[in-house]
Amino acid sequence: MNETAIAQQELVTAPENEVAVELTGSAALLEALLVEGVDTIFGYPGGAIMPVYDALYDYKEKLNHILVRHEQGGIHAGQGYARTSGKVGVVFATSGPGATNLITGLADAQIDSTPLVCITGQVFAHLLGTDAFQETDVINISTPVTKWNYQITDATEIPEVLAKAFYIARSGRPGPVLIDITKNAQIQKFQFKGYTPCTHIRSYRPKPIVRHEYIEQAAALINQAKKPFILFGQGVILGSAEQEFKAFVEKSGIPAAWTILGAGAIPTDHPQNVGMLGMHGNYGPNVLTNECDVLIAVGMRFDDRVTGRLDKYAKQAQVIHLDIDPAEIDKNVKSTVPVWGDCKETLPLLTAQVDKKDHTEWLAKFNEYTAQENEAVINNELHPTTDEMTMGEVIDQLNILTKGEAVIVTDVGQHQMVACRYADFKNTRSNVTSGGLGTMGFALPAAIGAKYGAQDRTVIAIIGDGGMQMTIQELGTIMQSGVDVKIIILNNRFLGMVRQWQELFNERRYSFVDIQSPDFVQVAAGYRIPGRMIEDRADLQPALEQMLNNKGSFLLEVMVTKENNVFPMVPQGCSVSEIRLK
Amino acid sequence: MEKQEFNITVYTENQIGLLNRIAIIFTRRKINIDSLNTSPSEIKGIHRFNIVIDESEEVVRKLCRQIEKQVEVLKAYYHTNADVIWQEMALYKVPADIIAEKASVERLLRENGARAVVIRKDYIVFETTGHREETDNLIKVLQPFGLIEFVRSARVAIIKDSEGFNSKIREFERLEPSEDVIENEYLNKGQKVFTM
Repeated sequence: MNETAIAQQELVTAPENEVAVELTGSAALLEALLVEGVDTIFGYPGGAIMPVYDALYDYKEKLNHILVRHEQGGIHAGQGYARTSGKVGVVFATSGPGATNLITGLADAQIDSTPLVCITGQVFAHLLGTDAFQETDVINISTPVTKWNYQITDATEIPEVLAKAFYIARSGRPGPVLIDITKNAQIQKFQFKGYTPCTHIRSYRPKPIVRHEYIEQAAALINQAKKPFILFGQGVILGSAEQEFKAFVEKSGIPAAWTILGAGAIPTDHPQNVGMLGMHGNYGPNVLTNECDVLIAVGMRFDDRVTGRLDKYAKQAQVIHLDIDPAEIDKNVKSTVPVWGDCKETLPLLTAQVDKKDHTEWLAKFNEYTAQENEAVINNELHPTTDEMTMGEVIDQLNILTKGEAVIVTDVGQHQMVACRYADFKNTRSNVTSGGLGTMGFALPAAIGAKYGAQDRTVIAIIGDGGMQMTIQELGTIMQSGVDVKIIILNNRFLGMVRQWQELFNERRYSFVDIQSPDFVQVAAGYRIPGRMIEDRADLQPALEQMLNNKGSFLLEVMVTKENNVFPMVPQGCSVSEIRLK
Repeated sequence: MEKQEFNITVYTENQIGLLNRIAIIFTRRKINIDSLNTSPSEIKGIHRFNIVIDESEEVVRKLCRQIEKQVEVLKAYYHTNADVIWQEMALYKVPADIIAEKASVERLLRENGARAVVIRKDYIVFETTGHREETDNLIKVLQPFGLIEFVRSARVAIIKDSEGFNSKIREFERLEPSEDVIENEYLNKGQKVFTM
């Protein structure tokens, strides 16, 4: 954020003082990106965006463009970048198939509130609606999966529309914005009078006004509570409110559990961090959701994977819901006190009014459940006695070697649940995963972006054998850009999560889940990325060390047990308190 | 909760694509829109949608929140039929000879508050404005006389208790006047442009 502010200071000159210069629409677009503090673009050229790429040729020193291998890879990289840096991810794609290839990433960014500005080329304005070559109605295709979108048909619109795009993408509840620019507008020359970032749109309220009476009511509820319980989500991270949240947790003494996207908002080993919520979350947080008396939800949206069966969810509790998006309040779980607003503002107000307490006995109850979970699940997963390796022990070893300082990027499936359950997060913005949409193929490109967004950190992609094959082409992006991404493939030779469900709920009718993989190490070698495959536990630590110590990217394939299940598990249609340990 | 008719009033910017953005909030949930009207509001530059759906209040409240979340939406309200004054207009085309032959038709039309808009040798077009039952009723009445064509407009509704909104929106427009919608100026131009 500070960097952006500095860039703006240096580059923005008040429009009235500036002599207008003649620029093409494409050059104006790139000037706009510079003022917005953009340093990295993920993209792929094509016919309808060629003028922008031509202009980019002259901006190579200022704007680092990463050539991806598929537009889906580009947008996931943009997401990874946004998630680790806290800045807006920027993606370029051409019209038609280039634009439609962005859709999965847009849907992912929309449901996970990731700020993106995607620029797509479009056919000439006079060809719109004629079924021209590579014409697709990307505005209408992307409407349900964007926070905002707009088609530019005249170059003079570019500065103002770009300013709105960045403002909308990053303000309030962040989200993806798509700007479609017709080719004539990219070529057109116009009098560019400078670029002023947008700070206000009259019809748009990024944050609701904080209502102090709700803060008071919430504090009163918390202060009289015997068994209060905090649930936190990505809102804490998106609002840069980690410190404010920690202060609230520590003063109130309340146990706190996280949604998958909230992981790392406070460190994993914080004494009041009682673990993960939801379908494969920890035992205590799920069971005790139905025992607490006051539930305090901070920046989370009661997704069905968190709540399980809604009519049996926390019915005994009074619910306090802090959220920046008014549409989330009462959407799934009815709140007793709705605390509208940005949690960076509301949390300190609440902290000031809550009593200093420590709920020792109540916290101990969580620990009792942890002990049960350790015995039934965790010990076997992290320290197995079988010959074959488990996913959990890989994560456990990794924690030891990285000391919880790495950025962990996960794909979707069993390995994702295991990684999120067991990874040690010392810092915020360390867990990058596709939460809401569950996009297989997310991790490899997202890890590339995550590294560009946090260049001084170690970025480790943890991917299943299925997801790896969905966007494996991005190894080419790694090869060409030289980005340093460590890749761990947890290979169980199955589409493991679906297999687990087929085992548990479909009488082991394994329908199209035994997936074959190529020799991943050889594939990586083809891309000049060093790699190693291991099957024996004795090799695990040395191989992880080799990977971490390697200068540059490295692919480590770990063969793990074929038919391991992720537990605990809240079966579909069950209440969170019906969570199964086996 | 019981389903009933709700009138959703949305104040918006005048922007291309906003109609789609609002419509998909309903279609995504497989909710049928019974009636949809867009028009200017009393304030130049601020547009107004009138949407009618049959749903429970709980669902309608959530829909309004989702609508308000859209960047170019200023405000969304919902009201039951009792809270609004509403009208729909309908046109009916009937063969002129039958009407001329049967004097009773004239009486029926008068009873139903219809008036002739166009009178030609071959057909007459009648118009009536009112609630759904009224415009529906005239269809039934005219059917035996060879009704050729019928069309009904979307519902327009005025909120009974809307003074507060009006002053707010007026003040809103005064502080920041609206901008003109930018349309594609090139559809009839550029035939000579080289395209790749």
